[in-house]
Amino acid sequence: MSQAILEVDSLTIAYDGKPVVDGLTFEVAPAEAVGLVGESGSGKTQTALALMGLLPATAHVRGSATLGGEKLLGRAEAELDALRARRIAMVFQDPSLALNPYLRIGKQLRLILERHGIADGATATRRALDALASVGLPDPDRQARAFPHQLSGGMRQRVMIAAALIGEPDLLIADEPTTALDVTVQAQILALLEEVRKQTALLLITHDLGVVAGHCERMLVLEHGRLVESGPTERVFAAPAHAHTEALIAAHPHLDKAPALSRPAAEELLTLDGIRVSYRAHGSRLKAVNGVELALKKGETVAIVGESGSGKSSLVRAVLGLVPADAGRLCFLGEELSHEVSARETATRRELQMVFQDPLGSLNPQMRVASIVAEPLDVHEPGLSGTDRRRKVVNRLEQVGLDASFVERFPHELSGGQAQRVAIARALVLAPSVLVCDEALAALDGSVREQVLNVLKDVQANTGLAILFISHDLGVVRTLCHRVLVMYLGRIVELADNDVLFSSPLHPYTRALLDAVPVADPTAERPPVLGGEVPSPLSPPAGCAFHPRCPQAVEDCRQHAPGLRRVGATDVACLRASEYLAKA
Amino acid sequence: MGAVPTLLLVIVLAFFLVHSVPGGPFDSERVLPPEIEQVLLERYDLDDPVPVQLAKYLGNLLKGDFGPSYRSTLNVNQIIAQRFPASLAIGGLAMTLALAAGLMLGTWAALRHNSRLDRVVTGLAMTGISIPIFVVAPALVLIFAVYLNWLPAGWTVSPGPAKYVLPVVALALPQIAYITRLTRASMIDVLQSGYVRTARAQGLGTAAIVRHHALKPALLPVVSYLGPAIAGILTGSVVIESVFGIPGLGEGFVTAAFNRDYLQVMGIVVLYAALVVLLNLLADVLYGLLDPRVRYE
Repeated sequence: MSQAILEVDSLTIAYDGKPVVDGLTFEVAPAEAVGLVGESGSGKTQTALALMGLLPATAHVRGSATLGGEKLLGRAEAELDALRARRIAMVFQDPSLALNPYLRIGKQLRLILERHGIADGATATRRALDALASVGLPDPDRQARAFPHQLSGGMRQRVMIAAALIGEPDLLIADEPTTALDVTVQAQILALLEEVRKQTALLLITHDLGVVAGHCERMLVLEHGRLVESGPTERVFAAPAHAHTEALIAAHPHLDKAPALSRPAAEELLTLDGIRVSYRAHGSRLKAVNGVELALKKGETVAIVGESGSGKSSLVRAVLGLVPADAGRLCFLGEELSHEVSARETATRRELQMVFQDPLGSLNPQMRVASIVAEPLDVHEPGLSGTDRRRKVVNRLEQVGLDASFVERFPHELSGGQAQRVAIARALVLAPSVLVCDEALAALDGSVREQVLNVLKDVQANTGLAILFISHDLGVVRTLCHRVLVMYLGRIVELADNDVLFSSPLHPYTRALLDAVPVADPTAERPPVLGGEVPSPLSPPAGCAFHPRCPQAVEDCRQHAPGLRRVGATDVACLRASEYLAKA
Repeated sequence: MGAVPTLLLVIVLAFFLVHSVPGGPFDSERVLPPEIEQVLLERYDLDDPVPVQLAKYLGNLLKGDFGPSYRSTLNVNQIIAQRFPASLAIGGLAMTLALAAGLMLGTWAALRHNSRLDRVVTGLAMTGISIPIFVVAPALVLIFAVYLNWLPAGWTVSPGPAKYVLPVVALALPQIAYITRLTRASMIDVLQSGYVRTARAQGLGTAAIVRHHALKPALLPVVSYLGPAIAGILTGSVVIESVFGIPGLGEGFVTAAFNRDYLQVMGIVVLYAALVVLLNLLADVLYGLLDPRVRYE
């Protein structure tokens, strides 16, 4: 191996005597990309923060780390400041938290240049614009004057990368740089990092083996703060030496594996007909959902996928009546539902229940688990006796895999997975017919997600529960859902059975979404990345809304908006769908 | 534009309150002959029912006329013009001092979060909030004027700028304490934010981080407090001016209230209410300027 730029030797980080990173030793060569993988709590981020000197004072750090001969550990803040940005830089997970919302983008970049004496005045301004242009930000002049909230998540992460690179560091640490982003934007950012690697070494921290497989030459696997495996990525994936690596690879979703699913009944529970939702924004109407039809059967799970801004959440909120639809018909068992939840009858309200994305945020911190789960009963079955009430609560908790000892706990005493299961138990306590899950598994780690998935499948097999399942995680969609509905800019672009959609997607957008999922196989071919972002629903493109980003768009696509039609076994809104089917 | 209704409500409430206090402007130990009292009452429209008086008062206010004083040869407009400068100087200086000292102390304590210095500053701030101004002011006079004899105790005794020191400090102290606490809490919050961590990762250093990244967001709660702060300073000035014998509006208010000089009381109430409303408005505007996300709401 060539001379290493970063050398870490026996790095140990402990809090109150408990090590979170234990004797970690590794090297990174110049211009090399090394992946640091592990589940949450394995010490990945702690390692990164230690190298940056950003750990809290309560952390005890031992061992050594040198960057091109410069010691990184145990140095004074002022000495570290001289190294940061110039020698070592970091990109954080959530760009909406990592950028200062009160400062213009350009100013945030200029501060780095001025502080490190790289450039000032007009030169700094020009350098900042160059940096923005180099990370693929359109119209850098305008973006430099923008505040972070005026940019999309992907653009913000580009700005973060520009800021990290502006001092031309030797090593860039990227900590889960794409976890907070849509799968298509993730692919764009990963492609950008691939570019960046020509200038700097990269330490890429991620829980996603697909990301490592596609973008790192070597990988390090952490488990509970210990390095359990390291080596060239291709070798590790081909022949993992450690059981934990093997388990991580196995747990990575495989889109080509057909799932085992229970069969839905023929009975239609919920029908949506021409549902439209719009909001007032800047004096005009923002059309979030623009005519959606769907029939959800008893015992069926329908996934709703699409990038942020496609109208997924607005659609399910309209179904629940939380946001009133402004047109269309909603029917439950043939009976028309009022668009406002407050105007619906209590008896029908209990049939539709929801689980939200943030498990802890959706549980009242002042209430014990027992009261949280029992709350819907207090409204819908007020006459219930104390013992019956308790029995129902305990039954539901057991159904989601939590024993009776949990009833006395408060939400802060629960892990993320436990909290989400409590939220599911609360949604299921009234034995609803339809459960709506809005990114309900997104906050959960791999193994916990697996458990909760199985809970949902079990309940469905036993009770015939129908589920509307919003998710950006196509791996989860593949294992859980009977049908998949793909939305783009408020419309359905494709609706098909799980197997049909994953094996022969017809709409170019669906194909782009599937292609963007990182595959946990270093030897797999990387398809081209879908460019651009979802346009503003305030001014949707004419013709097919997807045509500006579509690699297959023809003149006709610019003129005519395709309606949803049957092509093969798929409902698809694309003028060229028949051609694609013929080729497939 | 909630300013005008607020102001109107304050005027109406104050007018009825002032008139509901027992006694009148011409009651004294020496009882006036009924005929003379009648003439006086008629001259000042005081024989009208209170709502009618209020209507006439509001009409005059619209023309910028605060009405006559029953005790002085000057009218209320002239009294305000005469007394306002002293109050403005004391209040303005106290507000400036409170902001400067509060922001500095609060930031200082936040940067040394949980240190001994932080605890001393927080403790002092709590004390400053807890002790009422009518205790602080005489105590300061006792210590610095009477025992140490460093500073003048009253307004008229000394012609120089030294006479400002004690009243301004006494008036500012509770505000310094409150702004210190506000700044400290919000600064601690901001210093723990993701974007400050980013700035640290960029090697900007503490001074640049506070100046460029943290100060603006940390200021927001203080800006929101500007309205209540000015109200505190105005009420405090009533006490302070009486204690130090400053011929300002606060002292004028107390004298007028004792004398049942209704219109002079009303004039000062209207002026102070307008000031409070104006500063609240200013705080809102300032908030919008500081937080870019507010503008597009």
